[in-house]
Amino acid sequence: MAYGDYVVMRDLSFTVNRGEVFVIMGPSGCGKSTLLRHLIGLNEPAKGEVWYGDINFTRADPIARRRMVRHFGVLYQGGALWSSMTLAENIGLPLQEFTDLKPDQIAEMASLKLSLVGLKGFENYYPSQISGGMQKRAGLARAIALDPHVLFFDEPSAGLDPISSRLLDDLILQLRDSLGATVVVVSHELASIFSIADNSVFLDPGTHTIAAQGNPKDLLEHCDIPVVHRFLSRGEAQGADAPGEKATQDATEKATSSSVRSNG
Amino acid sequence: MPEAIQTKTDLVGDPPKLAVERSASGLVIHLSGEWRLTRDIPPLAPVVRELETPPRKVMYDSKALSGWDSSLLAVVEKISQRCKQLKIEEERGGLPDGMRALLRLSEAVPDNEGARGRVSEENFVVQIGRDFLGFLDGIADFLAFFGEVAIALGRFLRGKARFRGVDLATAIQDCGVKAFGIVSLISFLVGVILAFMGAVQLEQFGAAIYVADLVGVGMVRDMGAMMTAIIMAGRTGAAFAAQLGTMKVTQEIDALTTMGISPIEFLVLPRVIALFLMMPLLCIYSDFVGVLGGAAVGAGMLGITMKSFLNEALHALTLGGVIGGVVKATVYGVIVAVAGCLRGMQCGNSSSAVGDAATAAVVTGIVYVVVACGIFAVIFHILYI
Repeated sequence: MAYGDYVVMRDLSFTVNRGEVFVIMGPSGCGKSTLLRHLIGLNEPAKGEVWYGDINFTRADPIARRRMVRHFGVLYQGGALWSSMTLAENIGLPLQEFTDLKPDQIAEMASLKLSLVGLKGFENYYPSQISGGMQKRAGLARAIALDPHVLFFDEPSAGLDPISSRLLDDLILQLRDSLGATVVVVSHELASIFSIADNSVFLDPGTHTIAAQGNPKDLLEHCDIPVVHRFLSRGEAQGADAPGEKATQDATEKATSSSVRSNG
Repeated sequence: MPEAIQTKTDLVGDPPKLAVERSASGLVIHLSGEWRLTRDIPPLAPVVRELETPPRKVMYDSKALSGWDSSLLAVVEKISQRCKQLKIEEERGGLPDGMRALLRLSEAVPDNEGARGRVSEENFVVQIGRDFLGFLDGIADFLAFFGEVAIALGRFLRGKARFRGVDLATAIQDCGVKAFGIVSLISFLVGVILAFMGAVQLEQFGAAIYVADLVGVGMVRDMGAMMTAIIMAGRTGAAFAAQLGTMKVTQEIDALTTMGISPIEFLVLPRVIALFLMMPLLCIYSDFVGVLGGAAVGAGMLGITMKSFLNEALHALTLGGVIGGVVKATVYGVIVAVAGCLRGMQCGNSSSAVGDAATAAVVTGIVYVVVACGIFAVIFHILYI
């Protein structure tokens, strides 16, 4: 991954398993969100490829890519709701574009998605009329509008109070379990990482590559790389949940869902 | 498409079906086939009909269900709501585990009924009345903002206003030198149009030379100032609104306020001063280019030499007319700047609000410029200018 001559990260290689919650973690500014943008096709890798199953996403032709990204759900940091549309219209737009549902069915579906994130009744509100936390939840409702197979979250806890953050984490797990989606989360919030992650990669801004991969709990206990241990042990000091508490029973399918191979 | 990225919406199986069966223990809803958002959802009518004679219990049977997504969830949720309304017991044991979890999730937070009440219908007359009051409020806001800018200008003249010199220089460059191209083009064309229209009529009386009078007086007294103001409203007024509107969205203006720095002095004043200084110069330039446009038509169409045309135009002009045109341009400049900055400062907190602010700035600027033009016409008539 690079911006011009500046290499953000190199030699990235990891696999996300179907149905798991995979966290991309690391200090601020290490390139987590940039990596996410590469995974969803907003940025192109300077070298290397992103694969979904046996499809090379990076080399896929534009039509195939558009078809693939239709199956992604992305929650951006600020929610990224379209400000000129109501919440119902925000959620209804992808349904209108990609299904043959009638307008009343789309409205019902939007209402249903909003109820899943605890916002039923706010259908006619504009994004500017609701709080930041509600915007995030509405963004999540839009992300799951088409029942995506892969859900991407960019810093879902950013800007939220601990309780809202915890509720959002629970919601992510519930949606993963119910919809059977694979979840990729970019985060540096340790409490959140320990409560939701099945698997993770740690991006090290010092070496510009992956410093460690694995379950965050295992990394905390067994990883002897100082930068990783320092990062994760700070979370323990903050009183994060015991990692074993998270729901993992449904996340053990080992079918490859997506993988990234990058040389630069 | 490989399974890894394949969503349920891509799978094609048996069409979704919904059937009802009434038994001694209650109503059983049989769900079968592959329920996908991309397929036709079966109508709910059979269930609704059966519920009219309330059964003891509603149960589900999903053994023949080969796949499901939100389309089925929406149907089951509707049935659930109906059951609640009719106080019929609902047994969800026959539904897939994931669906039961999602239903629990959707019911975890009660409907925010209070929120729905916000949307109210108003009749047409009330809307017109509200819009008219809004228009009056808009004038009041403009005058109040104008007053604030005047106070800030007073502080500036006493050397007390705080803003960065580089901001003023940048604003002067933006609304001065960078506007030269478009002002040149439009003014030249306006001069050409005035001359052409005049030539067609005056030539019939053998008075073609008076085209120079028409263009000279027309450009210098009114059209130069007016066209420059309209160009600046569309170009600079909109830019001011967008700049300040974006700063409002990103809370930069809040940051200035909480630091005790007046946004009017720091952001608005340099822009108003820049346009106040540049508009007279642009107007004089516009007048000159407009007359040149007229002279081009005179030379090309009427056989009037450039020298004769300019002499005739100068002869028609009065000092009062020239000064009047420049004064008008200066006032228009202040109006455009104040309208642009006002709309920017009034901008909402969303990205679309920035676009709305820019549009409102252009509309407000042009409307007030035209109103001011009318007022000037009356005043100049009274003063014999």
